[in-house]
Amino acid sequence: MKHSPARIRASRAHYARRKFTNSLMLTLTGIATVLALVPLIWILIYVAREGGRFLSVDFFTQLPTPVGVPGGGIANALIGSAMVVGTACAIAIPISLIAALYVADHPDTPLGIAVRFGTDVLAGIPTIVIGMFAYALIVLPQRHFSALSGGVALAVIMAPTILRTTEEMLKLVPRTLREGALALGASNWKTAVQVLLPAALNGIVTGVMLAIARAAGETAPMIFTAFGNPFMNTDLTQPTATLPQTIFIYAISPYHDWHAKAWTTALVLIALVLGLNVLARALTWWRARRLGTV
Amino acid sequence: MPRDTFSDELTGLKNQLLQLGADAARTIGTGVDALKTRDRTLAEAIIAHDAEINRVRYDIEEQCYELIATQQPLASDLREIISILLIAIELERIADHSKNLAEIVIHMGDAPLLKPLIDIPRMADITQSMLNQALEAFARRDAAMGRAVCDRDDEIDQLYQQVFRELLTFVMEDPRTVSRALNLLFAAHNLERIGDRITNIGERVIYAATGRLEELNIERPAT
Amino acid sequence: MTSERLQTFTRALASNANINPTTQPPKMRVQNLSFYYGDFRAVADIHLDIPDRRITAIIGPSGCGKSTLLRALNRMGDLVPQARVVGRVLLDDEDIYAPHVDVVEVRRRVGMVFQRPNPFPKSIYDNVAFGPRLLGVNRRRDLDSIIEKALRAAALWDEVKDKLHESGIALSGGQQQRLCIARALAVEPEVILMDEPASALDPIATYKIEELMHTLRDEYTIVIVTHNMQQAARASDFTAFMNMNDQRAGVLVEFGATREIFTNPREKQTEDYITGRFG
Repeated sequence: MKHSPARIRASRAHYARRKFTNSLMLTLTGIATVLALVPLIWILIYVAREGGRFLSVDFFTQLPTPVGVPGGGIANALIGSAMVVGTACAIAIPISLIAALYVADHPDTPLGIAVRFGTDVLAGIPTIVIGMFAYALIVLPQRHFSALSGGVALAVIMAPTILRTTEEMLKLVPRTLREGALALGASNWKTAVQVLLPAALNGIVTGVMLAIARAAGETAPMIFTAFGNPFMNTDLTQPTATLPQTIFIYAISPYHDWHAKAWTTALVLIALVLGLNVLARALTWWRARRLGTV
Repeated sequence: MPRDTFSDELTGLKNQLLQLGADAARTIGTGVDALKTRDRTLAEAIIAHDAEINRVRYDIEEQCYELIATQQPLASDLREIISILLIAIELERIADHSKNLAEIVIHMGDAPLLKPLIDIPRMADITQSMLNQALEAFARRDAAMGRAVCDRDDEIDQLYQQVFRELLTFVMEDPRTVSRALNLLFAAHNLERIGDRITNIGERVIYAATGRLEELNIERPAT
Repeated sequence: MTSERLQTFTRALASNANINPTTQPPKMRVQNLSFYYGDFRAVADIHLDIPDRRITAIIGPSGCGKSTLLRALNRMGDLVPQARVVGRVLLDDEDIYAPHVDVVEVRRRVGMVFQRPNPFPKSIYDNVAFGPRLLGVNRRRDLDSIIEKALRAAALWDEVKDKLHESGIALSGGQQQRLCIARALAVEPEVILMDEPASALDPIATYKIEELMHTLRDEYTIVIVTHNMQQAARASDFTAFMNMNDQRAGVLVEFGATREIFTNPREKQTEDYITGRFG
């Protein structure tokens, strides 16, 4: 092969241009990444700074105090959120999992197509509308607000996310695992429950955690359903305070110390969401180490 | 086409075998010529040439092992390579018998022939023709032709019996002719053995073509 | 339902018949089997007797329907949408495609090992126990003995007996495949189907699987699909050669003793395929 000097010179120029384009693009993507992270970091820092002042053990254990009275906490909102989200999970998770199992197995049947389409639509409905739906369904007939209705509203909000994530995770399970179970004489159902679900569990848990994190922060539906409660409540049939709704009350009030408490509550909520995400990741890692799954 | 390399190697090996066969056939004729003309030089040439024939046989043998190891031949390919291997060995033994003929010529020295040679050259002609026929049957993978080769082996056996009886008569009349008779008898015996070996080749031809192992060399008791 | 299956299963466990296989009728008989994916006929009019307690290999070029035929033997082909079966497949004289046949029981009696090892992401113990647990065996003692027996039969016991609770996925490829074999053996099948079981394994692991097949031969009927002819020649007693016809459907060209097929096949198609002169 002959290398004429002209050709080498040309390729050098070409190479230099390639290098420049490469560096330019890398820089641009780096800047874009930083820009995307800025809001997150800014929010975290801002909320931490604003909300850190009132943060104390008392804040978690005491009930709200009237305006001007020092101290007070969000114990009722913490319990309330736990109840409402817990109810939502109890309703949404089983239904979504089973529906996802069906859809993953029969994606092309009329029912499967309908479920997937319906889920997509449901995922796009504004949560306030869903709150109104729960209001009409439960609050009106019962003639009072309740944690239960809040749970139902959140369940409707969580279900599409859980269903879609579970379906995707089930699809990722290698077909050979399913065949292996069926070849041993397992029925479709037992294969799904004993082999497919455990294999997809990591992804499913992540999906559920994310759905919970999202639902825990929904404010509008709570106003229509759980409504809020200045006192501690552990009765599902009674109105209940929740974290986002508490933030709302404190934030629109005209009082400075309540504004501050709003920030602190927001900090608690963010910390919870963050904690759930970290927990999801940790579970995934632990299970992978133990069982060698992906 | 897949396995072209293998096909070419197999064809080359087959051609090499056919050349070895032609060479062996020639040694039969040359050996009997040496006997007829009492040509010592010719006999020594035959003996020397046997080393070359051995070399070719071992070369073919090694190539067969190599092809078996590297190409994993199956079905007709397998039968063909095995037949090439076994036929090469038979050809080398046939050449050894011709070499024995040549050694008898040298051993006879200048002693006059006990009787004019008629049957022995005839045996040589027949065996040469049989061998050529067997080789052609192998080249063409013709089982029927291979089977037909055996038919002429009966003629060889009958000629041998004839030579035996004649020489026996000579020896009984004059016991001093025994060593000259034995020389001729051994010559005829070598040719008879060549005939048997060619029948073995015929069996290999049938195996290569059909996959069946048939015994063609049915010995009939001497009458 | 489960207790019925449990009974059949325990009967199979207890049976210790040591019958001379050559006097037995064929274990499975395929009669005029055609397999359709929708309108496409993948396999046409197969007529084949699978000898009892022998290893039968199915060979043929890619796409000739070998795997489709194999999967028809334990009704795994049913899983494909729009799959349709015409003809019969007899297991001990009972058609497995008859209308009221329990598919689950068929799949217990006719087990399958796949091309890529597919252990469940569970412990070794739970992998092998999966089948027996499906059938209702739940007592620890019973499971322990079944699992040990299966792992011994699969020539894996010595390598894993101290780490039964470690993940099945952490094993090497060859060990995983033997684990899958143990898993299949744990339900005491009568027939074991193997779909190219060693094609994903290195040569040493392949030889181990072949040795294993040989030891299993006395108790189980084995049918193996392989595209590796040397493996079919080494490991099987009988060989069936399949090829595609003009309509791209798989047909059975020749069936016979392995030593005959590989030294002197009757059909030219078989000869051409075996000597590699196809195409």
